[in-house]
Amino acid sequence: MSSKRLVATAVVSSAALLLSACGSGGPGGGDGEFTDGKVTLAVLNDQSGVYKDLSGPNSVKAVEMAVADFQEKYGDDAVVEEVEVVSADHQNKPDIANTKAQELYDREGADIILDVPTSSAALAVATQAAEQQKLYINIGAGTTELTNGQCNKYTFHWAYDTYQLAQTTGTAIAEAGGTDWQIIYPDYAFGQDMDKSFTAAVEGAGGTVGDHIATPFPNDNFTTFLTKAASAEPDVIGAMQAGGDLINLVKQYNEGGYADDGIDLAVGLMFITDIHSLGVEAFEGVQFAEAWYWNLDEENRAWADRFLDETGTRPSFAHAANYSAALQYLEAVQAEGTDDADTVVGHLEGKEIDDVFLKNGKVRAEDHRVIHDVYLAKVKSPDAVEEEWDYEEIVSTIPAEDAFMPLEDSSCSMG
Amino acid sequence: MNEILQYTVQGLAAGSFYALAALGLAIIFGVLGVVNFAHGACYMLGAVTAAVLLDLVGMNFWVALLVVPVLMFVFGVLLERLLVSRLTALDPLYNFLLTFGLSLLLVDLVKRQYGVSGLPYTRPEILTGQLSVGDVRLPTYQVFVLVFSLLVCLGVWLLMTRTRIGMIVRASTEKSELTRALGVDVSRWVTPVFGFGIALAGLAGVLAAPFRAITADMGSSFIIILFAVVVIGGLGSIVGAVVAGFLVGLVEAFGQAYAPTLSQIVIFVLMAVVILIRPAGLFGREENA
Repeated sequence: MSSKRLVATAVVSSAALLLSACGSGGPGGGDGEFTDGKVTLAVLNDQSGVYKDLSGPNSVKAVEMAVADFQEKYGDDAVVEEVEVVSADHQNKPDIANTKAQELYDREGADIILDVPTSSAALAVATQAAEQQKLYINIGAGTTELTNGQCNKYTFHWAYDTYQLAQTTGTAIAEAGGTDWQIIYPDYAFGQDMDKSFTAAVEGAGGTVGDHIATPFPNDNFTTFLTKAASAEPDVIGAMQAGGDLINLVKQYNEGGYADDGIDLAVGLMFITDIHSLGVEAFEGVQFAEAWYWNLDEENRAWADRFLDETGTRPSFAHAANYSAALQYLEAVQAEGTDDADTVVGHLEGKEIDDVFLKNGKVRAEDHRVIHDVYLAKVKSPDAVEEEWDYEEIVSTIPAEDAFMPLEDSSCSMG
Repeated sequence: MNEILQYTVQGLAAGSFYALAALGLAIIFGVLGVVNFAHGACYMLGAVTAAVLLDLVGMNFWVALLVVPVLMFVFGVLLERLLVSRLTALDPLYNFLLTFGLSLLLVDLVKRQYGVSGLPYTRPEILTGQLSVGDVRLPTYQVFVLVFSLLVCLGVWLLMTRTRIGMIVRASTEKSELTRALGVDVSRWVTPVFGFGIALAGLAGVLAAPFRAITADMGSSFIIILFAVVVIGGLGSIVGAVVAGFLVGLVEAFGQAYAPTLSQIVIFVLMAVVILIRPAGLFGREENA
């Protein structure tokens, strides 16, 4: 068999697949204040891979809901009639994210890109935003670099970041007596960042972190890593995996019976979709940081009901955050009467916002970190679940000012 | 010392999945000359089918261990009859492309139907917890997977070496032309052998269900390691596939334990070294290379 030909064919097939996800954009008239005579919002995220359920196509739906709400609110008074939502799949790869962002800004006339999970991909898009001088509001990625060393004028970080996750979960558990930690993290930008942030938070709260175990990503076999972590007999194993990798790890943690040895599992980043997929039993009692919970109050619930009608599932915090970011962007456009990026950025900077996602929210002008109240959540026991998706009990609320990295620690300079 | 024993069991347990699936891949390659790129997708389908049957009709793990491979066998037979057989006369490249395309199709269909977050699966009570051997505790489920797949591999080996069917299949695998010349109707065995190979992948999938995330993508990285396994073992070699499966599992486990960041590279370094020293793989015949 000709292996060279096999390889060549495989390469061509993959390349064809990579290229197949583009939509189409068209030139418009332009009425002075608006490029192309319309506003285009682009959602760039994982439409097919491991992060599809926690954000993915349903975030596009959420953004469309924001557009519908905007148009209903302003009707004929809206400064722009046509608002278009486009989306693209970046497959969690930084190089694809880079190309797609370029295409969205250049060819599809996107005024703003939203979401972009996977930190390395998000950083690539932030660079594009700065070069093209167009807006980018990140929701799905967690790296604090977006509002530190690699911050820029056109990039905002809306929902959560690794500092906030560590500040919420790491500090809470260490203060409650779980002081001796082992950390297992996936070896890429997000995981390394999480490892650093959690170490700082745990040590800040008087705890210690023994080993920092790096794992491949993606990975389906964590048994050896868990054995290694458990051999040091820590109080807590901190798992920084996400999505399917996290499910693998939790299944194998349960299998190993570590909980019986008094070794707790703390999860760095978890989405409600993870709990839904694996079942409440598997996660019972696990504490984690939640940026937003659909069943927290009437306002959230009402929005979650609409989301359920649209999509058939309850929203994760990423879905709500995409809605919020799109809506606040459109509000800024409405207030300024233009989609000019510098004007909209100016409008958003320093703005205090309260909406369904942002509680006591504020867009920090200095580093573009959007701060808001976040929560320490605990997975309910199966008996306590009253309806589908009713998985979380909110243990405490961390006020916006305390949850995120203080400005004086940020290394961001907008230049 | 404790840890070393634990790593060994974990490595062998992980190797069990590789061995079972690679066995199927090797048999299919041997008899049909088809490199089944959809093998990872079939592993995934095995796990997904087990989870769906549990959800729909409450089928428990033990029943699934029997029923799912049978379903996968039927699926394999249909696949061979309807698609693969039409291309076997052509360049092997065509079947490679066919099965590659099929795997994309299967993965996307599962994603469409069940999403990407994965499906829940409950283990049978009896396999939860740990076994204590001296002061070493081993997860019961891993020990079960190891013993079970060793038995299956042994069963397949007996089938291959002690029965007439096995003799024909081995003869067709190793000297297809000669077997034909001796009056054996090789083509009669092609369809069931393909189905059997697919059933083994499905069986590995059912075994993985309680232990790993059941997602549409679970076969995608699995198939890459699987190819390394069959290359190390020797393409088409049945014993080679099993031995290399367990070997790769061990290498992965000890890699994870002592050089975590390199744990996946180590497998491919092993593959490269094997190819350098024995181009046909550990148990392959030079002439097949």
